[in-house]
Amino acid sequence: MTAASLTGADAQTEMPLKRRLKRAERARHIKALALVLPLLLFLLFTFAGPIAGMLWRSVDDREVRQVLPQTVAVLANWDGKDLPDEKAYAALASDILAARASGTIAIAAKRLNYALNGFRTILTSTARNLKAVPESGTAKETLGKINPAWRERTTWTTIKDASGPMTGFYLLAALDLTRNADGAIVAASPDQAIYRNVFARTFTISLSVTALCLILGFPVAYLLATLPPGRSNLLMIFVLLPFWTSLLVRTCAWIVLLQSNGVVNDSLHWLGIIDEPLRLIYNRFGVCVAMTHVLLPFMILPLYSSMKAISPAYMRAAASLGAPPGTAFLRIYLPQTLPGIGAGSLLVFILALGYYITPALVGGAADQMISYFIALYTTETANWGLASALGAVLLLVTLLLALVYGKLVHGQQVTGGMKN
Amino acid sequence: MSDNPSLRTPSQRIAWTATIVISTLVFIFLIAPILAIMPLSFSSGSYLTYPLPGLSLRWYDDFINSPRWMTALKNSMIIGVASTLLSTVLGTLAALGLAQWKSRFKPLVLAFVLSPVVVPGVITAVGLYFFFAPIGLTGSYLGLILAHTALATPFVVITVGATLQSFDTNLARAAASLGASPLYAFRRVILPLILPGLASGALFAFATSFDEVVIVLFMAGPEQRTLPREMFSGIRENISPTITAAAVILTTVSVILLATLEGLRRRNERLKGSSA
Repeated sequence: MTAASLTGADAQTEMPLKRRLKRAERARHIKALALVLPLLLFLLFTFAGPIAGMLWRSVDDREVRQVLPQTVAVLANWDGKDLPDEKAYAALASDILAARASGTIAIAAKRLNYALNGFRTILTSTARNLKAVPESGTAKETLGKINPAWRERTTWTTIKDASGPMTGFYLLAALDLTRNADGAIVAASPDQAIYRNVFARTFTISLSVTALCLILGFPVAYLLATLPPGRSNLLMIFVLLPFWTSLLVRTCAWIVLLQSNGVVNDSLHWLGIIDEPLRLIYNRFGVCVAMTHVLLPFMILPLYSSMKAISPAYMRAAASLGAPPGTAFLRIYLPQTLPGIGAGSLLVFILALGYYITPALVGGAADQMISYFIALYTTETANWGLASALGAVLLLVTLLLALVYGKLVHGQQVTGGMKN
Repeated sequence: MSDNPSLRTPSQRIAWTATIVISTLVFIFLIAPILAIMPLSFSSGSYLTYPLPGLSLRWYDDFINSPRWMTALKNSMIIGVASTLLSTVLGTLAALGLAQWKSRFKPLVLAFVLSPVVVPGVITAVGLYFFFAPIGLTGSYLGLILAHTALATPFVVITVGATLQSFDTNLARAAASLGASPLYAFRRVILPLILPGLASGALFAFATSFDEVVIVLFMAGPEQRTLPREMFSGIRENISPTITAAAVILTTVSVILLATLEGLRRRNERLKGSSA
């Protein structure tokens, strides 16, 4: 009986305690969330929202349906096999007249011209020459007379494809693909198929820069990790100072150094090595040199921290067991630096992929990376759909690599990579 | 060089010498460009070549008397200081919250908070350009301050978060048990202890904004052009020695920031050492 009453008393005091603990825990949870929330909301407005908006723009396709609403409605029931019937022509004629009155023809013309080169002329010439609503039953004939393109099926499939409200057109274009008149995905025409090339170039430049950074960064990181702290801290300034110097200053410095009457060419000339100035800038060489200079610290710092964590006892053990130094380095030391090599290389590669300023300033036309085209289509030609689609592809690749980087750094407890 | 204790065989000595030689060359590669443009800003001629025809301060004079460059400097300071303040507040609060928060979603939230560092600048800039234009935030100081704050806050979260990791939570509990209100405990106990991390975070934030150019390229109107933005168009058009003067001024700012940060780091390490 006493035992039963005891357990009963225990249960009575235990329950509220548990509940109280839970409540305290929950209060802490809510307090913690309340502290993080302002930043989350802020980033939603200034970062995630804008990027989501950009992604939306890469599939958004409402221009044509806003300018030619009746045509789009009629074409929704068209199977696309033969020319559409008279109803579609009449709808188009009425849409064009309405759009001409409201001055919106150019909006649809621009969008349709992306899909079919020359569509702008077809639409504007039709708008110019269409005097009035054709009499019932004559729309097909009238439009065909104004521009024979209206007698072709592809003209109509182009409008149908661009009917929206959403499209894969820009995303396909970003990968040099397009839909043919029958709706199958095919390779884009050669004059528009430039983006795979640009992506390949972006990858090649990023990969070369990563390789250069690794080759140059490895010995430096090794030296810094091996020297006594006093001396390595001093030498670290050589890595941190450029790291903290403005990107624009460093790019400007390379132009001054590498231009045809710059310091490097002058010195080589003075030494008698060259007679004519070498072309060192506004080409691939200049881009790789300047980018390597900017990104090298991002390689050295994670490498340094992974090397710093390797105990010298391993190498001594290898030596005492009779391993020649070269073998010990390759079999004992190098494998332990692999997480650092992986982290540094991924970081440099990820950062290099998105480079814009440096190639824009020290590269030639054939050295512009994907970011350049995104910027170009946003501000110069205002082809926002394509800019967004290219951005979506770049973002996807970057985030995938960042995920791998996160796993690598988190899993191996490699510190560094961030500034300092 | 006999610093390395494991230099027994000649091949090891050769490898070590090679490491030193290559590293020296890499150090030259890293520093030389920055050092090379400095003397050019003191040139009395208008060509960016050596040898200098003579020394003068005319390009600094040009910089100071040019309304374009002075406006740019002023804009950089306004936007830099404002986004530093904003990102330090937001980032410190978030770091405090994240340090207390235990949940399986935490890595996800942390990844989201840090993502502005990873996403290519052009993508953020294009997104902001589309998003801010309809609500009138392009071509405004506010728009640039908000955008730079988003880019700079991750650095504050990282540095303050790192300080909090070595922070003894018992100190906060002790303050509470002695009757301090949460706000009072924060002001008198937590804040002084995380101040070095907070200050480093603020410096990172300022450096991020001060050096940012892609977003400014997309969003700034003629009124809001910053120093890096002026340098960008200056480099594009033609490099006059005034740009090298601007470069020296920017580099000086970087060196001051770096030195302050290094001082903070040393102080922090000393504090850690004395408390251990």
